[in-house]
Amino acid sequence: MSRAPHITNEDRSFNFMNKIKYETVIGLEVHLQLKTKTKVFCGCSTVFGQRPNSQTCPVCLGFPGSLPVLNEEAFLSALKVALALDCKIQDIIKFDRKNYYYPDLPKNFQISQYDMPLSYDGFVDIPSGPSGGPKRIRVKRVHLEEDAGKLIHHPEDGSSLVDYNRTGVPLLEIVTEPDISTPQEAYDYLTKLKSILEYLKVSDCDMEKGSLRCDANISIRPCGQKELGTKVELKNMNTFKGVRLGLEYEARRQASFIEEGGKIVQETRLWDADKSVTVSMRSKEEAKDYRYFPEPDLVPFVVDKKLIEEMRSALPELPEAKAGRFVKELGLSGYDAGVLTAQADVAHYFEECLAIYGSSKTVANWLMGDIMAYMNEKLVPITDIGLAPSGLVAILKMIDDGSISGKMAKDVLSEALETKASPADIVAKKGLAQISDAGKLEEIVAGVIARNEKSVNDYKAGKKNALGFLVGQIMKETGGAANPALVNEILKKNLGE
Amino acid sequence: MERLHSLTAHELRALMSKKSARPSDILKDVFDRADSVDGRVKAFVRAAKDSARSSAANVKEGRLSGIPVLLKDNICVRGEETTCASKILKGFKPPYDATVTKKLKEAGAVLIGKANMDEFAFGSSCETSCYGATRNPWDLDRIPGGSSGGSAAAVAADETILALGSDTGGSIRQPAALCGVVGLKPTYGRVSRYGLIAFASSLDQIGPITKDVEDAALLLGVISGYDEMDSTSVDIPVPDYSRSLVRDVKGLRIGVPKEYFVKGLDREVELAVKESINVLKALGASIVDISLPHTDYAVSTYYIIGPAEASSNLARFDGVQYGLRSESPEDLIDMYTGTRSEGFGSEAKRRILLGTYCLSAGYYDAYYLKALKVRTKIKEDFDKAFKSCDCVVTPTSPTPAFRIGERTSDPIAMYLSDIYTIPANLAGLPAISVPCGFSSAGLPIGLQIMAKPFDEETIFRAAYTFEQSTAHHKRRPKL
Repeated sequence: MSRAPHITNEDRSFNFMNKIKYETVIGLEVHLQLKTKTKVFCGCSTVFGQRPNSQTCPVCLGFPGSLPVLNEEAFLSALKVALALDCKIQDIIKFDRKNYYYPDLPKNFQISQYDMPLSYDGFVDIPSGPSGGPKRIRVKRVHLEEDAGKLIHHPEDGSSLVDYNRTGVPLLEIVTEPDISTPQEAYDYLTKLKSILEYLKVSDCDMEKGSLRCDANISIRPCGQKELGTKVELKNMNTFKGVRLGLEYEARRQASFIEEGGKIVQETRLWDADKSVTVSMRSKEEAKDYRYFPEPDLVPFVVDKKLIEEMRSALPELPEAKAGRFVKELGLSGYDAGVLTAQADVAHYFEECLAIYGSSKTVANWLMGDIMAYMNEKLVPITDIGLAPSGLVAILKMIDDGSISGKMAKDVLSEALETKASPADIVAKKGLAQISDAGKLEEIVAGVIARNEKSVNDYKAGKKNALGFLVGQIMKETGGAANPALVNEILKKNLGE
Repeated sequence: MERLHSLTAHELRALMSKKSARPSDILKDVFDRADSVDGRVKAFVRAAKDSARSSAANVKEGRLSGIPVLLKDNICVRGEETTCASKILKGFKPPYDATVTKKLKEAGAVLIGKANMDEFAFGSSCETSCYGATRNPWDLDRIPGGSSGGSAAAVAADETILALGSDTGGSIRQPAALCGVVGLKPTYGRVSRYGLIAFASSLDQIGPITKDVEDAALLLGVISGYDEMDSTSVDIPVPDYSRSLVRDVKGLRIGVPKEYFVKGLDREVELAVKESINVLKALGASIVDISLPHTDYAVSTYYIIGPAEASSNLARFDGVQYGLRSESPEDLIDMYTGTRSEGFGSEAKRRILLGTYCLSAGYYDAYYLKALKVRTKIKEDFDKAFKSCDCVVTPTSPTPAFRIGERTSDPIAMYLSDIYTIPANLAGLPAISVPCGFSSAGLPIGLQIMAKPFDEETIFRAAYTFEQSTAHHKRRPKL
């Protein structure tokens, strides 16, 4: 690659070597592990990180004679996601077998859904449209299937071990239409999707643990061309950022390849995050015929329309609706509401604070300021910080009643986050409590006035900034604990105002 | 007194209740019989002598207390080798009981071992077994039928009291007919398939092979019922089948389909079946001429759906977890191909290839999808027929037992052995085969009775009345 093309968000097209303008067409395929107690077709536990093959039974090991039985919880979780993405629900739910040989697939077929996915025709709105407004990414289908096991390859002798603990964990496949026009939009779509999924509490959505995985289809075409370019499937992106970088790289690679006279072939490429390149894995010629056919061991069933409506109305308030409500009811800015609702746990924290504290703007400021800064710095979720909503509110109340200053509050907060100690204890232990005792302050103020005759005279002569010096002296004497408002008041009174 | 091994389960239960026989006596007699004849019949692939003796010594109280039962080798028994008569599963000991195995144990049955079968139930002659062919007790040069040939031959030869088989396209009924015993394929969903090593999931059913209809009703009552481990089992209460054992077919409308009495049907079989229909008529049943117009397509439909499902069901035998693994493979593909090339016999390979082909891109619509549509038509034929009749009576097999080796090189001729039994599997109907006569060569002939889904009671009523009015079931082969 010689030159990086410039990619803009605004017109969603990019130039390569200033010759032709290209646009990118992207579709994403997300695989999501559902956080159910047991696997999708048997009673084995789904807990991550257990001893290899300790969570298996004849059914998920595909032993001869064993039969799958659909886990109702997995089906209901899938339904929840489908409804949250505004999908239509299939009248009849049926499963199919996807046949291929691989050692991590004990039956050598995967129970999946082929021609009749559980749900279809939904959408996710993302905030990165060309005009800055929301852009709709259509969701083509959401279907339920079983996860495969994991191969562990021996580095030296070429042998492989299989861990079947993951085999049969319920997996949702969420596929978009090719509506995504830039790598950034892909990133935004994933962020938004994850946000919705977290609200539903159906998955850990953890890319590192593999509970959320993303593959992409990407093609480019000259701007204005109707016909789609040849697509390449991109795999092995392990972070949302990796998805964006992989797609950026791939768009450039395709453009460069075309401009050098090449013809894109349909293939699967892997993103190599270390080298920041994509490499070819297999071409379509070698692609498999999965010989899908209806799974005869599971009986198709009709979904009760009443159940769907009950579930739809029982869905939790989703990020967009919540942000809208924050703007409308709390008077927050659209931006703040967006930040506070992006993560389900943050929104929940915010709302818990509001339940016991009146000023939403104050809470929002503290949450979006010091607390989020801390979360970003330490990379911890809000559920793991040392301060419960009640603790933050305790700090805010101490500011309100004058027992600590705003500056002290920042220190208390920072210490609470570090040590998980309660704000009240921190204040007590450090003797941080503000001096708001007027009698005591009068004494201190009198002493400072007596010892700083020059400044007092300067002030009286009209040099108003001399007041600041005097306040500073008082703060110094009290170790910063004097109530600043009270100090100002007493000082001015004693200076004869 | 007759030897215990020649009695039926209900006769033995009566003896035991009078304390005239003990489970251990019965077991000893049955094993002695097997020891003396199985060298010639070769019905057993494994006798579970030790575990059978210990369970006979301490039987559980139940409907089958102390009754020896032989299982087809595709039904899992916890900790005991279960191979489907295939080299690829040699040494496989399932860590679980099939649901029917569990139910038999709970009913006090004594499991005496495993019966030979066509490899993975692929066949109509019991010749494709990796253990070699089972012989027909009526003529040791002939096949016992298949695929549950071992189960049927063992019952006919008095090597067991009861047996279970599995029926995908006639694998219980055809060997029962050819061995002169009773074989019942229950309604699809009546008996749990959990622990039955699948051939074709949408067609397979486990069912009884017995010496008479009463035993079939007894055994079906024990193994039937909804099972939460099998999504295709149906939650309909199991009736008391003994109540259907009445000698009365007055007013029963018996349908006789014209499509079943055509070219290819052996003259002696045709005569025996027509004579049987006359017997039923004489007993008060009314005979109704019916038509099942899609019968001609049943065999081809079956040989698409069955192999298609089998090709997928058998994909798991790859050498990774259990059973055979080819020695020192070079890589993964080599392990797969080596294991499967060595492990599967030629009929299994033929069916896997057939099924894989039918499901492949570009062929799916023309074969598999078309077959599903024809299957629906065949079902509709029966729905229509059952508006004018209560059960349908036909021959079970177009011919009596053929000679060993006679059809092994002609798969089509072999496949046509199941021409009359396949429709019941495609339509999910219950169907029984009961002895209805003998050929001039002294070979048994079977009468098939089919009924509506979950109407095994009508089948028992017709079969019992017929059996009690004739003596065919009393004849036993001389061994």
